[in-house]
Amino acid sequence: MNVAKIREKVAFTILGLITLLVVIPILLTIFYVVKNGAGAVSWEFLTQPPRAGMKQGGIFPAIVGTILLIIGTMLFSLPLGILSAIYLVEYAKDNLFTRLIKLSVVNLSGIPSIVYGLFGFTLFVVILRFGTSILAGSLTLAIMSLPVIITATKEALESVPFSFREISLSLGASRWQTIRYCVLPYAIPGILTGTVLSLSRAAGETAPILFTVAAFYLPRLPHSIFDQVMALPYHLYVISTQVPNMPMKLSFATGLVLIGLVFLMNLVSIILRAHYRKKKLW
Amino acid sequence: MVAEVVIKTVDLHCSFGSTAAMRDLNLDIYKNEILGIIGPANSGKTTFLRALNRLNYLSASYSQTGDIIFEGKNIKQITDRLLRKKIGIIFALPQVLPVSIFHNIAYGPKVHGLTKKNNAAAIVEKSLKKAYLWDEVKDRLDLPANRLSGGQQQRLCIARTLAVEPDVILYDEPCSGLDPISTAKVEDTMQELKKDYTQILVTNNTKQAARVTQRCGFFLMGELVEIEETETLFTKPKDKRTDDYITGRFG
Amino acid sequence: MLKRTSEFVIEACIKLSGLAVIIFVVAIFIFLLKDALSLFGVHSINDFLFGKKWLPISEPAKFGVIPLLLGSLYVTVGAIVICVPLGVCSAMFIAEVAPSHLKHVLKSLVEILAAIPSVVLGFIGIVWLGPFLRNTLNLSTGMCGLTGSLLLAFMALPTVISISEDALIGVPKAFKEAAFGLGATRWQTLWRIVLPSASSGIIAAVMLGIGRVIGETMVVMMVTGNSPVIPTSLLQPLRTLTATIAGEMGETVAGSEHYFALFAVGLILFIITFIINFIADICLRKARK
Repeated sequence: MNVAKIREKVAFTILGLITLLVVIPILLTIFYVVKNGAGAVSWEFLTQPPRAGMKQGGIFPAIVGTILLIIGTMLFSLPLGILSAIYLVEYAKDNLFTRLIKLSVVNLSGIPSIVYGLFGFTLFVVILRFGTSILAGSLTLAIMSLPVIITATKEALESVPFSFREISLSLGASRWQTIRYCVLPYAIPGILTGTVLSLSRAAGETAPILFTVAAFYLPRLPHSIFDQVMALPYHLYVISTQVPNMPMKLSFATGLVLIGLVFLMNLVSIILRAHYRKKKLW
Repeated sequence: MVAEVVIKTVDLHCSFGSTAAMRDLNLDIYKNEILGIIGPANSGKTTFLRALNRLNYLSASYSQTGDIIFEGKNIKQITDRLLRKKIGIIFALPQVLPVSIFHNIAYGPKVHGLTKKNNAAAIVEKSLKKAYLWDEVKDRLDLPANRLSGGQQQRLCIARTLAVEPDVILYDEPCSGLDPISTAKVEDTMQELKKDYTQILVTNNTKQAARVTQRCGFFLMGELVEIEETETLFTKPKDKRTDDYITGRFG
Repeated sequence: MLKRTSEFVIEACIKLSGLAVIIFVVAIFIFLLKDALSLFGVHSINDFLFGKKWLPISEPAKFGVIPLLLGSLYVTVGAIVICVPLGVCSAMFIAEVAPSHLKHVLKSLVEILAAIPSVVLGFIGIVWLGPFLRNTLNLSTGMCGLTGSLLLAFMALPTVISISEDALIGVPKAFKEAAFGLGATRWQTLWRIVLPSASSGIIAAVMLGIGRVIGETMVVMMVTGNSPVIPTSLLQPLRTLTATIAGEMGETVAGSEHYFALFAVGLILFIITFIINFIADICLRKARK
């Protein structure tokens, strides 16, 4: 073996070791949470409200709260995100307005989540008088999720062959008919995948809900969209920093349920992607 | 008898960005003829064709001066919807939507509101019969269209265009991806359609132009070099460049 | 004609949605600016930008942002120094060295990391990493800048890896083939041809990584000790811009000086991340060409 070959071997080995260094902590993290939390996850833990200053009982209200927030976020961000992506891909001309939208998407995706929290607090909680509520929290999370949904939808729309649009337009279909019948049906899988992914991010976020919706301790379930709710990530934050002598296994179990929920959503997105890729028709 | 002019172009000038694709074209197209357009690549054939139903405007850099008169009316006064319904186009490669044969054809009538639920089937049948595809597919209209052979797909595209009841059909090198047998079938279909439609055939294949068309124009670098009865063009071309092209000396 | 009308309505909705995206960004900026300006009405902007003390509840209150800015800077630099070499090397391995089945596994693992909520990592920082660092480095507390940097580096890895990998894969095959043709080994090609050609994409990856780190809130609030003093080393407790907002917002009264000061901090974060993302976007666009 010559020197260059030996050097290549050494270099690739080092790269491989570094990759291991990156990957192993990921596995350890998951393993650590599962090992310490799995024992405390029971039917009771999932379906009971917390008791005794959150040191006993379950996390049912937090699970319900997070699910409600996911649904609320989806209701607002999905139509808005899809429509703006349609605008960018199908309608926008190359002008200042379009460039401003694109710049805004880039900018939105970079704004720290806590700044969304501040914004949501002023606009939804204070100015629009929604109070600390599911509505205010969902709207805040929805705006935060927009850039991901827009980007995913854009990619999905762009991956639909141009010829589909050409066929439709050449037959005299209007632009919206073309989008409705010849573009959107084929972009739906990509849109769904991206949406579920962005919602799973929103589900795990804490900072934007700190001042817009999250309740420290609220064992009853909400009655309306103007109620506060507990949420899993905020609950984990609270019990791991604000509650002295918290039984560790309950914190771990809460973390495990949160990770489980997020992974479940990711899994759904992966399955959707695989399912539609198999069925891909063109 | 003087034939009726269906389409007339007046000083038509097309460009993409700063590149001119078609210069000062003045051309009359007569009712029920098959007009052939031949010429080497980038001679402006396709641009000409797509100018007629304004498909060129799908690319943002396109601009056009001059006028196109269709059935006595400047096309600027006709909506895209109506114009494209009246002037259909068949693309170079068979382009079908990834849905069934039935829905490929029913799509056009649907967007124009021609289908009340009960007569979609009738329109599909009529169009497929006109395109001479009915006998081959009548038992499997639910089959995804992209499972058909290339030639069948191209005739499906013709049927799809016919379904919206056009007056003019444009063909953009319709047989470039097809084998000789499929090509013959498409050409036969064109002959059959002659009695009801005006057809314009852009082709790279000079032999095909000679077989199918009555009149034929030769395009070179965005200009119409000459246009003649097909037989005259192929036997006694006036312009040396035409002669060079059809005898295969360049192109 | 009902159809035409509904079409008109839907097209109007589409255009409005495009407009809405711009409105959100502008609205966020204006809300932050408005409240920040309210602070500067009673408090000089110089004291805010260059003040060395953040004492919001003392009498008189001091709102000097320097300790927080330095806190963010320390943690970010620490995280990036750890994250970028690891991330870019892993990306090189995944893109150019790993066989395809391994590549698949590695990419999935990176996606899993991206999916872990930050509050979970913060929790692990509290129960494991902090105490571990305190014992091994013999510190007075494990809740310090280094704990934050390590966790943030971990969190930013998926961003850095996936964007670097895209950049490496995006290098035209012809470049590589030319190098192989001249007898270069795969390593020489990767190091001398592919990596330099992918540089603008990798810079974008680094910028987006920085943006991710600077904007992260929960991890730093949970593990860096929350001490708003000018840090002198990463081994001390400190506090970032984001953690300050998250930690103090709940205690302020709407309309108070303190409340406005937190919006001013938010405005600084907005401007910093705007610039970072703008640069990243330019680099990405360059990389795509």
